[in-house]
Amino acid sequence: MEISLTVNGVLKTVAVTDVNTPLLWIVRDTLGLKGTKFGCGKAACGACTLHVDGEAVRSCSFPVKFAEGKEVTTIEGLGNRDNPHPVQQAWIAEIVPQCGYCQPGFMMATAALLNKVPNPTDEDIDKNIINVCRCGTYYRMRKAIHKAADLQLNRESNESKEL
Amino acid sequence: MKLQPIYIFLAISVVGLLFAWANTPKISTYEIVAKESQNSNDDYDKMMDVLTHPRCMNCHPSDHIPKQGDDSHPHYFGMARGEDDHGFEATNCNTCHQSENNLNSGVPGAPHWALAPASMAWEGLTRAEIAERLLDKSTNGNRSHKELVEHMTEDDLVLWAWEPGIHANGEQRTLPPVSKEDFKKAVENWFANGAVIPSK
Repeated sequence: MEISLTVNGVLKTVAVTDVNTPLLWIVRDTLGLKGTKFGCGKAACGACTLHVDGEAVRSCSFPVKFAEGKEVTTIEGLGNRDNPHPVQQAWIAEIVPQCGYCQPGFMMATAALLNKVPNPTDEDIDKNIINVCRCGTYYRMRKAIHKAADLQLNRESNESKEL
Repeated sequence: MKLQPIYIFLAISVVGLLFAWANTPKISTYEIVAKESQNSNDDYDKMMDVLTHPRCMNCHPSDHIPKQGDDSHPHYFGMARGEDDHGFEATNCNTCHQSENNLNSGVPGAPHWALAPASMAWEGLTRAEIAERLLDKSTNGNRSHKELVEHMTEDDLVLWAWEPGIHANGEQRTLPPVSKEDFKKAVENWFANGAVIPSK
């Protein structure tokens, strides 16, 4: 069966033998986007977090059939070296990663949070950013989330001034 | 001639037995009353056996925290009701739960997966208190009896209790102690008979 979905702004059609294949494996193995990570396979750790129609989902537990016709954004589509997303800028500025394996999931979860709550409090962060980091980079991540919020608000403010 | 005491005793016993036999109601009268009463309570009991089972009760919390498993432990990761019964702004039910069970990850799912509204908090209540909340329009989502029957016998999320999928370890989740068909009949009968709460 063929599934059509838009990944990072590009329409893709993939052939699958099992429509219940996790979206994670389609993104990583079929489309070759290795930024999204496999952690637990139980929707528990959040390493596989990406966006489907702007909502954060755990792609290890998201059948590809539910992505039909949807907009999927992975860490590769969040931003790039020339135009990094505020979350990516903040992560670099605060030198957040240690081993780095879980960080794409955290960054995608943070980007989803900032879309809903542009200036999150510590309580908002505690409630919404519930991924797991074995290195314990939570303290630096909290600083980076606040910085990302500032960067994003400044960017939006500058964009509105240019208009 | 003097009567022996034994003959007097036997005569009184025979008269007593005849009197008792004459005043004994027909057994069929008792059968009908007993059967009706038993059925009414049976329907209520069957319905409550299901509503108080973890497959149902875990999503009717009184502390705004969904529960998991047969031990009804708090949902992992600090998940809670949030503003709209779907969790928090960016991390909500649908971050992990989809419209059907996921047999790869063991994450349960059904259409409109969410906590029951706070007004439908049943955790910690007695069966009679649950039934009162169920029937009270101010706590049941403004549902009539007819709408309650439809909700309880047709809603996909309610009926998920009989197709709950597997745990993360691959083991089947336990089912309510009453079959789906028997539950539906019990709900229909209980409402059809006036939705009487037995303890009242």
